[in-house]
Order: sequence, then structure tokens, then C-alpha cells
Amino acid sequence: MTSLVVLDFDAHGIKQPSRSAIAAAALLGEVHVLIAGSGVGNAPAEAAKIAGVAKVLVADDASLTHGLAEPLSALIVSLAGSYAHIMWAATAAGKNVLPRVAALLDVQPLSDISGVVDADTFIRPIYAGNALATVKSSDSKKVITVRASSFDPVAAEGGSASIETLTVAAVAPQSKYLSSELSKSERPELTAAKIIVSGGRGMQNGENFTKLLDPIADKLGAAVGASRAAVDAGFVPNDYQVGQTGKIVAPDLYIAVGISGAIQHLAGMKDSKVIVAINKDEDAPIFQVADYGLVGDLFTILPELEKAL
Amino acid sequence: MKLLVAVKRVVDYNVKVRVKSDHTAVETAGVKMSMNPFDEIAVEEAVRLKEKGIATEIIAVSLGVTQCQETIRTALAMGADRGILVETDVALEPLAVAKMLKAIAIKEGAELVLLGKQAIDDDMNATGQMLAALLGWPQGTFASKVEIADGTATVTREVDGGLETVALTMPAVITADLRLNEPRYASLPNIMKARKKTIDVMKPEDLGVDPAPRLSILSVNEPPVRKAGIKVADVAALIDKLRNEAKVI
Ligand SMILES: Cc1cc2nc3c(=O)[nH]c(=O)nc-3n(C[C@H](O)[C@H](O)[C@H](O)COP(=O)(O)OP(=O)(O)OC[C@H]3O[C@@H](n4cnc5c(N)ncnc54)[C@H](O)[C@@H]3O)c2cc1C
Ligand SMILES: Nc1ncnc2c1ncn2[C@@H]1O[C@H](COP(=O)(O)O)[C@@H](O)[C@H]1O
Repeated sequence: MTSLVVLDFDAHGIKQPSRSAIAAAALLGEVHVLIAGSGVGNAPAEAAKIAGVAKVLVADDASLTHGLAEPLSALIVSLAGSYAHIMWAATAAGKNVLPRVAALLDVQPLSDISGVVDADTFIRPIYAGNALATVKSSDSKKVITVRASSFDPVAAEGGSASIETLTVAAVAPQSKYLSSELSKSERPELTAAKIIVSGGRGMQNGENFTKLLDPIADKLGAAVGASRAAVDAGFVPNDYQVGQTGKIVAPDLYIAVGISGAIQHLAGMKDSKVIVAINKDEDAPIFQVADYGLVGDLFTILPELEKAL
Repeated sequence: MKLLVAVKRVVDYNVKVRVKSDHTAVETAGVKMSMNPFDEIAVEEAVRLKEKGIATEIIAVSLGVTQCQETIRTALAMGADRGILVETDVALEPLAVAKMLKAIAIKEGAELVLLGKQAIDDDMNATGQMLAALLGWPQGTFASKVEIADGTATVTREVDGGLETVALTMPAVITADLRLNEPRYASLPNIMKARKKTIDVMKPEDLGVDPAPRLSILSVNEPPVRKAGIKVADVAALIDKLRNEAKVI
């Protein structure tokens, strides 16, 4: 039984969540991976080195430049015949494209799995992670997105897969990429960071993120995250959001500052190894999941913390 | 332009759900139900498109039990023109929902279908993408801004690194993310008016769709509970714990 895992990559290389998706696929049998894009550069060679990968398929074509769902799903459907499982990390790209693939194959997808029971049976969180459903699929092919934080990534090195170049059939374009506004940061990505420092509405404005949280993140080599309230209020960009409908993270250390701990936020971080909460309200629900709680005003605590680190 | 908006009845987002003691499902009896929050955003966007003169008619569609009528009424009170209920007791999955929405979109001659990006009960995040595939239409998922002009929908999408803008050739499917708009509250006069709007009721068979699920739920369990830890007195104590007890810094 062979799985095809679609990888996320950019100019800096293959994203860590992809190696978690490979880890999930490896539980089912042989793993092939797909690199689809244009000007894919070093990504195929890098993919071939990932532990546990047997074959790398490369689709390098102008139509795939920005990962538009329509041509990309057509490509994946054309490859689907040989695979029992088609998988992708539950990244924005995976969530955008794989359900489209599933519909074209007349398959009900399995979204955001957090566990593999057997080839047909998977565990997935529902209701913002307040329940875990064990579900068995009766479809002959499975189309799956993988919750990266639930599977330890396989090693980036150690494999020696073969590389096969595909020819990409032309698809009449239905959508066009216009532009992106990507947040630039020298810090680790949220979904790969070992330490995350997150701010909520209690931070009051974006300036306070820069002035008070960033220096701490820099000292710890941490990524910076946020609650929905902080994003909605415009303190930080949308891609900082952690939660049910934002990014799902499970770092070694998660520091929640001025975040109350709504279930939708907890859904995105409660699997972190160690949780620290800093909040002036001693009854804030975040303290119910925190290993270490510090009650007090963040405006006095954060400068002290920065100094002490 | 006719516009379809899909509204799902779900457990209210404020409810802390509990797993049934027989581990077959989550307890929904006696629990407050509401319109999926993302669908409220989709309805709001639809109403704004009508207010701008871009949409001519908004049809709110819900699929599920009889009580989904209430969800449709909420959409009608917000400004949708009429409703369609596809009534069934079967627990529907995105594939079946997408098939039925496709049949309705074709029958109604809709040029745009708006959905929420994700239902907060099943957390699938799939139906819109699947509908777009079945219709052979382009998709604009996780939308935080939508502009429609000259047969093109320009959609700004929330992606992992920030924002991305794409242009879709209409007809198209768009799924709403949290920051697309802030949904209005229905006014009392509009709630009264909504009572007079029509809701057509049909069955999956009327649309030629077999709603049977492809996934069977073997069990539903509580996630491992995380127990609360301790409160530390000050920053020095916190750092000491992180260095010497948890060893994470
Ligand atoms: C469909 C849906 C999806 C959602 N998805 C997400 C999601 O993905 N992620 C997410 O985070 N939320 C999400 N939410 C929102 C969620 O319900 C909460 O509204 C949100 O998480 C609250 O953010 P917050 O904790 O920053 O703000 P608040 O709840 O307002 O909490 C602010 C906290 O800061 C503390 N504080 C204030 N001032 C100080 C100070 N000086 N010092 C110390 N502490 C201080 C307060 O005591 C309070 O606890 C979603 C909601 C819905 C309906
Ligand atoms: N039973 C349903 N009735 C109406 N709309 C639905 C239904 N199921 C899903 N949807 C729509 O599809 C979106 C995504 O749902 P899901 O793919 O289940 O996360 C929802 O926000 C709704 O707009």
C-alpha cells in the first residue's frame, strides 16, 4: 500500500509540517511525495533525502506557480490511480486543495487527522478538539489532511529516494494569482517553533507586541503568536492567529500573555508540552491549562521577564 | 446575479460540549444551537453584495433536520430573500452536502455560492472546496475580502504566511473567514418580515443525491484532560521553574 504526500515548500526549503505528514503516511506503508510548483529549484533533491521517502514526483510547470487549487487538484487527481492514500499536512494550502481533490474522486475527505489506527481508520478532533472521533472510511481511496502537531516530523536527512519528473497536462485557467502580502520575520515559523510567545487583547496594541513581546521572543528564539482578538483588533497580521480556526501548534513551551483562554484559542495550543500564562485576572480560564501561572499586570511582568532571561 | 448562501445549524460556539456516556457522539440534546459563525459572515457578505446592487436575489440553504428552518429564518432576518431546506435525519457529510448544493445551484442558476470556511462542529473545512470541484468552478477559500465586478470575483485569502489575492472567473465558490466582515444583528422589524418569506422544503431524493455517509464513527472520546499546574509568585520563580523543573529554556 503506497501513499502520496503533497509537500509544502518555498525558497527556504520543505516545510516542517510536511515531514509530519510523511510520518503519518509512513505508518501506512510506502511513501511517495509530490513537489508541485514552478521553478522548484532544490526542493526535489531535498525531498529525496527525507527519511522514509521512496520516490519523489516532480511537477514543474508555469500553471502551478502559485499553487492555485484548480490546476493543482487536476494534477493530483491524475496521479491518484496508483495510491491508496493521498495526504497533505493541514496547512492553508493542504486545506484549500485536498477537499477539491476528494470531491473529484467522489471521496469524503478525512480532515486534520491526529491519529492513525489502520489503513481505513483514523482519529480526528471535532468541536474545537473538545472531542476526538475515531472514524472508519468506506471509500476505496482515502484523502487526508494531517494535523502536523500530532506527529513528530521524520528526519530531514537519511533517505535516498528516486526522482521522477512528470509532464503536466494543460488545464484551462479559471483563476489567477494577483498578489500576496506576506509577513516578513526572521523568527521561526509558528508551526515549527519550539517556543511560542503569544499575545492577546490584553496587549492593547501592536506597538506593545513590538516593544514588549518581540524582545522576549528574540531572547528565547521563539515565534510570536496571537489570539483572534489581537488579530481582529489589528495588533498583528492574520497569520499570527493560534486556535481552532488559526494555526494548531504544540511547541515545547507556549507563553500566553493577556489571553483569557477561550476554547477556540485552547484548541490551537493545549497540546503544548509546557504552558505558561500571564494574566491579571486570576480566574482567567487559561490558568486551567497552564503548568505555570503568573497573576499580574503584563506591563510590569514582561519587562522584568526580558531582563531576567 | 443570483446568490446561494449555505447556512449550517451547529451547537452554539459558547457551549462547552460533552461526549455522551456511551461514546457514540457529542451530547446535543437540550444544547443551544445557532447558525455556524462563519455562515453568519457569509450571509452578511451576501447581504452587502445585494445592498451594493451586485446580487439580485439571496437564497439561504440549509441541509439537515427540520429545526434547520430556524437557521434559515435567521438568514432571512439578516436579509436573505428566501430559503431552501433539504430535510433529512441522516448525519450529513461535506461530500453529500456539496452534491446537494450543486444540484440546487444549477437548478436556481446561481452564479455565486458563499459558504463558511469551516463548520465548528465537524471542523471539516471541506464543503466549499468540494462544491467548487463538483460544479467545475474556481474557488476562493478563507476569504477576508471580496470584490465583484465584470464577471470576476477578486478574493483576498488568509493563508499561512499572510494574505494572498486571486481573481476568479465567475461563476465561483467563496468561503468566508473570520475577518471578512462583522455580521449584523437582525432588527425586530426584519425578524417579523422574515416570517413571511418562503422556505421551500425538499428531500435529498428530490435532488437525486444519496446522502449516506462514507465515514462511520466508531467512537467519540474526551481528549486527555490537562490538569492545571501551579501559580508562581513572581518572574524569578517562573524562570527558575522553566529552567530547572520543566527544562524548556
Ligand atoms: C468561530 C470562531 C472561531 C474562533 N477562532 C479563534 C481562534 O482560532 N483563535 C483564537 O484565539 N480565538 C478564536 N475565537 C475567539 C475566541 O472565542 C475569543 O474571543 C478570543 O480567543 C479572545 O481573545 P483574547 O483572549 O485575546 O481576549 P479576551 O478574551 O478579551 O482576553 C483578554 C485577557 O487579557 C487579560 N488582560 C488584560 N489586560 C491585562 C494586563 N494589563 N495584564 C495582564 N493581563 C491582562 C484579561 O484579564 C483577559 O483575560 C473564535 C471565535 C469564534 C466564534
Ligand atoms: N448541513 C449543512 N447545511 C448548510 N450548510 C452546510 C452544511 N454543511 C456544511 N455547510 C456549509 O459548508 C461550510 C463548511 O462546512 P464543513 O466543510 O463541514 O467544515 C459551512 O460553514 C456551511 O456554509
